[in-house]
Amino acid sequence: MAEMIELRKVNKYYGQGDAKTQVLFDVELSFSPGTFNSIIGASGSGKTTLLNMIGTLDTPSSGEVLIDGRSTSSMSRNQLAELRGEVLGFVFQFHYLLSEFTALENVLMPYQIRGSGNEKEAKERALELLDLVGISKVKDNLATKMSGGQQQRTAIARALMNKPKILLADEPTGNLDSETTLNIYKLFREINSKTGTTFVVITHDRRVAEQADRIVEITDGRIGLDLKK
Amino acid sequence: MSLPLRIAGRFLSSNKGQTTLIVLGIAIGVAVQVFVGILISSLQSTLIDSTVGGSPHVTVLSATDNATITDWQGIVAVAEGRSDITAVSPAADASVFVIRANRTVPGLLRGFDLDKADGIFHFKKAIYDGRLPASDDEVMIGKDLLEELGLGGGEVLQLFTSSGARSNVTIVGFYDLKVASLNKAWVITTLGTAQKVAGYGGNVTSIVTQVKEIFKADGVAKALDRAISRSDVKVTDWKTENAQLLSGLQGQSVSSYMIQVFVLASVIIAIASVLAIKVLQKSKEIGILKAMGMKDGKAGMVFLYQGLMLGAAGAVTGTLLGVFLLTGFMFGTKNADGSSLININLDWVFISASCLVAIISSALAAALPARATTRLNPIEVIRNG
Repeated sequence: MAEMIELRKVNKYYGQGDAKTQVLFDVELSFSPGTFNSIIGASGSGKTTLLNMIGTLDTPSSGEVLIDGRSTSSMSRNQLAELRGEVLGFVFQFHYLLSEFTALENVLMPYQIRGSGNEKEAKERALELLDLVGISKVKDNLATKMSGGQQQRTAIARALMNKPKILLADEPTGNLDSETTLNIYKLFREINSKTGTTFVVITHDRRVAEQADRIVEITDGRIGLDLKK
Repeated sequence: MSLPLRIAGRFLSSNKGQTTLIVLGIAIGVAVQVFVGILISSLQSTLIDSTVGGSPHVTVLSATDNATITDWQGIVAVAEGRSDITAVSPAADASVFVIRANRTVPGLLRGFDLDKADGIFHFKKAIYDGRLPASDDEVMIGKDLLEELGLGGGEVLQLFTSSGARSNVTIVGFYDLKVASLNKAWVITTLGTAQKVAGYGGNVTSIVTQVKEIFKADGVAKALDRAISRSDVKVTDWKTENAQLLSGLQGQSVSSYMIQVFVLASVIIAIASVLAIKVLQKSKEIGILKAMGMKDGKAGMVFLYQGLMLGAAGAVTGTLLGVFLLTGFMFGTKNADGSSLININLDWVFISASCLVAIISSALAAALPARATTRLNPIEVIRNG
């Protein structure tokens, strides 16, 4: 089966001249469709850089990133934006919700950015997602009038709005208590098995990582460990 | 409604205090612009009206001093045929001594086609007693000459010209042109009477006109000169003869423009700086919108729309405020006789233009922050948390 995500000999440098630092070294990595993967590693090991490459938010200094079989290296900024809107969903450590909009409006945002499809169906889907993440009660609350857990759940529902093939999460529970963390990972697995979305999740928490189908450990910009269950 | 427009509207409505302040800032700017612009232009037109409104704007004279113009009917016809000239009258002027009993006063006998000349001098309005001269040997005199000679209506005056001719004329009316020197000197009569008294035969001394657009009088004078195409006459205009007044008015216009430009500049800077801060405040949200697939152009539109909305709200409020201030000024400042001190002319073309310029400027002011948004790379926001 074709890979959903493929990184070919990806190198990444930051800075110039004497300050030039290499963050990723010839990374060769691929993820199959429908899998649940976790990336672990020490702070500064390059895992977030790797995730941003997969999310097409950052570009490799050399090498190639393929998303859903499409090479991203020659795509323009707008083409990349379009690809992100269609194929990728993001959940970050900070929720980045638009504070002026309600939970429901925030969830609908990716649909409106894409600008196509049936509005009624979209609203129904947004309500379903809010139900799935368990925050239907606060759907009409402004983003600022919700707890940290509710905000992050809204961000997850938003990431799933356009039925992305890939969901990328960078320490999505970094700011949450352990109970909420556990609930959110349960939810991720549930969504993964229900929708077949490919998950790539960065975490510090080994217990969380162990729940994944595959654990990739990044050490100093290289793949140190690659465990498949 | 497009998504950038919705987001722009929500950004503004969610921060009502800041939005109200900036709208007020723009409104005051536009109000000052409308108020100053209209006040200065009204002041100028009042001033122009009182100085040259009742006198000829373009005058055709003989090319040689003290000579008369022959075949003037052709010139009158040419002038009357032009759409940029509103009133035309031939004039026969002669210096005279006005004699009554043993008193002699120097004066200027002015003969016009009185119906036509009324469009220039507004004689009918200026008469406060009696009527316009209608038949031969009838004249009207000014208020100040009346006081000097102590005359009454129906009295006969003797006019003595420089060539030594004496004529008797009857006073049928008294006028007040609101200028003492004219009221004292001008003895107004029909063209025929003046021609007869001065011994001009059928000739006249000048053809006086008023033009539609007073500040274009010099251009009209040149065009009329070409159209007449006669070497024995010359065409002059009020602008050439009132250079000092004109430079005063131009100075006033320039200062008015300067005030307007500075006000506009401060409005633009205010909007640009507020939006620049907003871009910083909202960079995380914009970054995440881009990460979710929003294209650069649409992200920029969010700020362009904010500029447009602030500009439109400020411009409309400012225009209303400006008109309100002008109306207040009109009613608040009156002459002793109850007439307005300055005749305020609410020039809606200027008002609409000010409004439009403010809206366009606001959009331009937003262009810089919008550009910054377009360039914002989502990774920078996400990397820096």
